This record gives sequence, structure tokens and C-alpha cells, in this order.
Amino acid sequence: MLARHGKAMREGVRDGVPIGAGYFVVAFSLGIVARNAGLTPWEGFVASLLNNASAGEYAGFTLMAANASYFELAVVTLIANARYLLMSTALSQRFSPKTGTLHRVLVGFDVTDELFGIAIARPGAVDPFYSYGAFVPALLGWSVGTALGIVMGNVLPARAVSALSVALYGMFLAIIIPPARQSRVVLGCVVASFLASLVFSVAPFVATLSPGTRTIILTVVISSVAALLFPVSDDELRHEREEDADAA
Amino acid sequence: MQHSTLLYIAVMSAVTLSVKILPLTLIRKPIRSRFVRSFLHYVPYVTLAVMTFPAIVQATDVPAAGAIALVVGIVAAWCGASLFQVAAICCALVFVVELLVL
Repeated sequence: MLARHGKAMREGVRDGVPIGAGYFVVAFSLGIVARNAGLTPWEGFVASLLNNASAGEYAGFTLMAANASYFELAVVTLIANARYLLMSTALSQRFSPKTGTLHRVLVGFDVTDELFGIAIARPGAVDPFYSYGAFVPALLGWSVGTALGIVMGNVLPARAVSALSVALYGMFLAIIIPPARQSRVVLGCVVASFLASLVFSVAPFVATLSPGTRTIILTVVISSVAALLFPVSDDELRHEREEDADAA
Repeated sequence: MQHSTLLYIAVMSAVTLSVKILPLTLIRKPIRSRFVRSFLHYVPYVTLAVMTFPAIVQATDVPAAGAIALVVGIVAAWCGASLFQVAAICCALVFVVELLVL
């Protein structure tokens, strides 16, 4: 029993190392954003340890820099991390009924696109110990990367900071473009989102709204329209989950 | 009104952890509503797309560098480059373009 858990955990660490390395680089650029929001390295470390969410933290730090209200921060964090609701829900279907609540809470603690991907890609019921193993390098890379970004952000030449500032957007592209290639509706959503976001950033009145508020409005409107016009069938969702598993 | 950074982090973390943990611990059956399922399906792509553009063009010192990173990043992701590769390509492009222009 213990030996089996140990093996799963070692496999998790092995699969988590490349993820942690990638996280480190992206977290470093996130640290530069956190620095602009006035976070100390320790605050950045803790925020990243507890959140491990690129889009959510990026949106959160941006709002902190703008001195937004706590309520606005909560709503934007919810919207930016809404996809984890889906992944957490999908994971709940893959747990053995015998798995206790503590394991569910701990696995849920570090649901990310990549860690979800490798957990769901393994055959059979999700083994919490595999996930724990993967969490170690992933969380280390993410949290230490954020703290170092805050420390070194001002040491780096402006040129390097400017270059690193697009790492997050590159990561976002890597998440949204492959599904857009698979599905014309998702492609349409992405194009519509780009255009609407551009319009909202320059149009009279709406341009004066905070970026967080604009993100909420656009997300709710565009996703609702897409859901009404192109409801997703169970088959598509299942098919997609299998593809996620193949890709991971 | 000035806000506390620690309280900001607490609010953000509480929301994030609830989103990640609650479905896994509470939902033991699939969600029935087709609209809600479809809505949740589209949300991640729309949110990330809205946050990426035009912000990527405004983030760099030279807007054209951000624009080039956007286009090449899309092509790279379309061709199957990994998350890390796309992020690295975008950074490298901005660095090179700004080196040439500035």
C-alpha cells in the first residue's frame, strides 16, 4: 500500500518537473506585475503558493495596482478562474467513491490547466499521491519564480522586462489557440473576444471602466451568446476531455 | 480608500481555492443544465482572449513588438507548440524586435 503510493508520488514528481520549469519562467514575469502592485517577495510567494493561477493572479495583481475594491477583486478572480470550476468538476467524476474528503480538498488545492491535464491523462481513478508528487516541483517553480520576479524585476534591464512581460500572454495563447483550431465555435469566440476587447478599450464610456470590469462584462456576454447559439452536447464534452487526455 | 495587500491576497486566495476545491468535494453528480455546461465550456477561452488582446500590444515598450509576438504566438500555438515554447517564442521576439527598433 505504502510502496504503491510512493511509486505514484515519484511518477508525479517526474511529470511535474518540466511543468515546474515552465511555471518558473512565467511566474517570473508575473512577479514583475506583482511588483508593480506593490507586493513584497514574501507576499508574492504566498499569493502564488495559495493561488497557482496565471490568469487569475495576473488579473488580481493588476486590480491591486489600480486600488480596486475587495469585491471587484473577488468577482474578477472568480471569472478569471472559472475554468477551474470545470476542471474540478471533471476531476470529481474521476475520483474513486472511496476517496475521502481530505484527499479531494488537497488535490483541489492545486488544480491548474497542466496539473489537471496530467492527472486526468492517467488511466483509472485519480491517484491523489500522483498529484501530490506533481504539486511539489510545480508549486516550487511557481512561488519561487514569483518571488524572484519581484526581487529582480528592477535589476533586469528595461528591455528584458518588456520582453518577459509577454510571457503570460504567450501562455494564454497556448491555452486558447489549440482548442480554437479544433472547434470553429471556439475560434469564433476567440476572434469575437479580441475584437470586442479592442472596441471596449477605445470606445467612449466603456473605456473608462476598469479592465477587470470590462473583462467580466465581455466574458459573461460573449460566453452566454455562444452557449445560447452553440450549446455543447455531452458527446462533444466527452470527446474533448479525451483529447485533453491525449494531449497531456 | 487605501486597501491592505494582505487582505487583497486573502480575498484572492479564498476565491481561487473555493473555485478549485468546492466542485471536487461537493459535486458528486454531473451538472444537468445544458446552458450552464455550455457557458462554463466557453468561459475560459473568452476570458483569456479578452485579457490577451489588446493588452499584449500595450505591454511592450514598442507596440509593434507586442503585435508581432501576438501573431507569431498564435501561429506557433496553432502548429502545436507547447505552453512553455509559445511563451518563450513571444519573449524572444519582443526582445529581438525592440533591440532592432530602439
